[in-house]
Amino acid sequence: MVPEAAASTNRKATAPARWLGRNWAIVFLLLELAAFGLLGKNFFSPENLQNILVACLPVLLLAMGETFVIITGGIDLSVGFVMGFATVVCAKFMVLLQAAGLPPWASIPLAALICLAIGLIPGLINGTLVARLKVPPFLATFGLYGIAYGFSEIISKNTPIGGLPPIAGEIGNEYFFYIVPGKTVSFLVKPQNLAMEEMRSMISVLPILVVIFFVFVAIFAFVLRRTRFGQHTYAIGGSMDAAVRAGINVPAHLTWIYIISAFFASLSGVMYVLKYVSGRADAGSARMLDSVVAVVIGGASLYGGTGAVKGTIIGALIIATLETGMVNLLIPSHNRYIAIGAILVIAVLIDQFFPELVGRGE
Amino acid sequence: MAEPMLQLRGLTKRFGGLTAVDRVDLEVYPGEVVGLLGDNGAGKSTLIKMVSGVYHPDGGQIFFQGREIRLGSPMDALELGIETLYQDLALAENLNVYANIFLGRERTKPFLGLIRVLDHANMHEESEKVLKRLEIEIPSLKSQIKHLSGGQRQAVAIGRSIYWNAKLLIMDEPTAALGVQEQRKVLDLVRVLASQNIPIIVISHQLYDIFSVTDRLVIMRRGRKVAERRTKDTTPDEVVGLIIGSEEVAQQPAGGPPAD
Repeated sequence: MVPEAAASTNRKATAPARWLGRNWAIVFLLLELAAFGLLGKNFFSPENLQNILVACLPVLLLAMGETFVIITGGIDLSVGFVMGFATVVCAKFMVLLQAAGLPPWASIPLAALICLAIGLIPGLINGTLVARLKVPPFLATFGLYGIAYGFSEIISKNTPIGGLPPIAGEIGNEYFFYIVPGKTVSFLVKPQNLAMEEMRSMISVLPILVVIFFVFVAIFAFVLRRTRFGQHTYAIGGSMDAAVRAGINVPAHLTWIYIISAFFASLSGVMYVLKYVSGRADAGSARMLDSVVAVVIGGASLYGGTGAVKGTIIGALIIATLETGMVNLLIPSHNRYIAIGAILVIAVLIDQFFPELVGRGE
Repeated sequence: MAEPMLQLRGLTKRFGGLTAVDRVDLEVYPGEVVGLLGDNGAGKSTLIKMVSGVYHPDGGQIFFQGREIRLGSPMDALELGIETLYQDLALAENLNVYANIFLGRERTKPFLGLIRVLDHANMHEESEKVLKRLEIEIPSLKSQIKHLSGGQRQAVAIGRSIYWNAKLLIMDEPTAALGVQEQRKVLDLVRVLASQNIPIIVISHQLYDIFSVTDRLVIMRRGRKVAERRTKDTTPDEVVGLIIGSEEVAQQPAGGPPAD
């Protein structure tokens, strides 16, 4: 056949504009880092850079599930409150298992596993509503948004759950390596009996949380990119009709997609419990916005069919850098919501009005 | 003559009081291109949808490769090798050519002995083979469908059905959305398929297409089959007359169809 249409694909945008259109997120992230580096104090210290990674985790975990959902052309508005629900369930079980006499090495992972298992339920409900009962994703997950929040408040009796095993906080806030230049390197345990000077010069490397949770991100990035499951996820987002006619079990697939989303929301909840040693119903209330923004900045279209974990990671880093940078500059945190909301609107406008700039469709 | 690939006997479909298809008989032989003609509402689409499993007949029988078949769903028809290409083609525009050919039936290979991953090289190679066999040229099988022309998309959809062993192809208005040059390509492709013994039913409003590509014409009007002609024995004028149902059909023995 004649390659006439293929040649006309990028007729409208010039080469540099197209490059910028495709890579604006990376450029934006670099500009952001440069700006905070110039304005802030010690912004590029190893400690602060690792803080950005830790700050990016809750956003990234929620956004991972959201990436799968958005690629299929759906959206999951419940992730923030499913995360809150998970923190409450996880914290509650840690307290209960501890009271039952279990040592921390058993109670912490067990509570986390129970929480992850229970956390699949909201995903199953969302998936069933969307895939089998044909409720629009926006409405189905909005319903779960309220339901998950209500149950969290009941379980937590409207107060944050405390009294968890203290070791949880160590997992959540400690590092794999501690280096005191010229003196010692230690693994997992902070070196003892250090002088004041040495304490100050100590460098902590590789937050435990980052390592644990990036494993999940890596596994699901692989699933999306390399497996049939991932391929079918893109196909459903590209054309539901084509997927059905190709014999893909679309309802079952979509149900799994919403379960994955709830699974990542629950992972984010477990992470929160380890970091803050508490569980609260509103732990993720502001995170739903972040998760959608991270995915959209990452190049996914809300119309479905495109998106990748690589982009979502960049999106989450942009938000985490903003958050960390504002703390560094002592800017009140409410400003970040304005900034992130504005970024979302701009990203969606670019997607809608300049699709050729982003290399998407004609 | 050989055994017909598809045979319809007295096929009937009613919607309430309306008889959309009324006792239609039809045969399609291997390697034959049959044009199905008729005005809007003549019953062409309804007839085709019974053969592709979308509608259930209210009367009559369908024989495929000599055996009577009952189609519960479009999947039943697909499994038998009855492939229908609608105008929308059902391609995932965000995926590339070979991903669409293998959609739903992707080739995989083991990865670290743990999990199976997509085998892109194999799918690419197999797709290349089938497209080559059909004399279809697409510059890169890694192009997303949305970057292809209408004719190329049509070719991908045909390539997919042939790869998965279509035994009968039904094409609904295959050239409707195409430019002139692309129409030519698709019609050539239909002839290539026929030469490989795959029978094709073409529904089209474009008489030129029909005359240049078919061996036989079946004309429907108000749900009934009103005529059947060998393409080389009829003329566009006669066919138009049969479609609209005018009593006086101008006979133009000298006219003949355009070059085959």
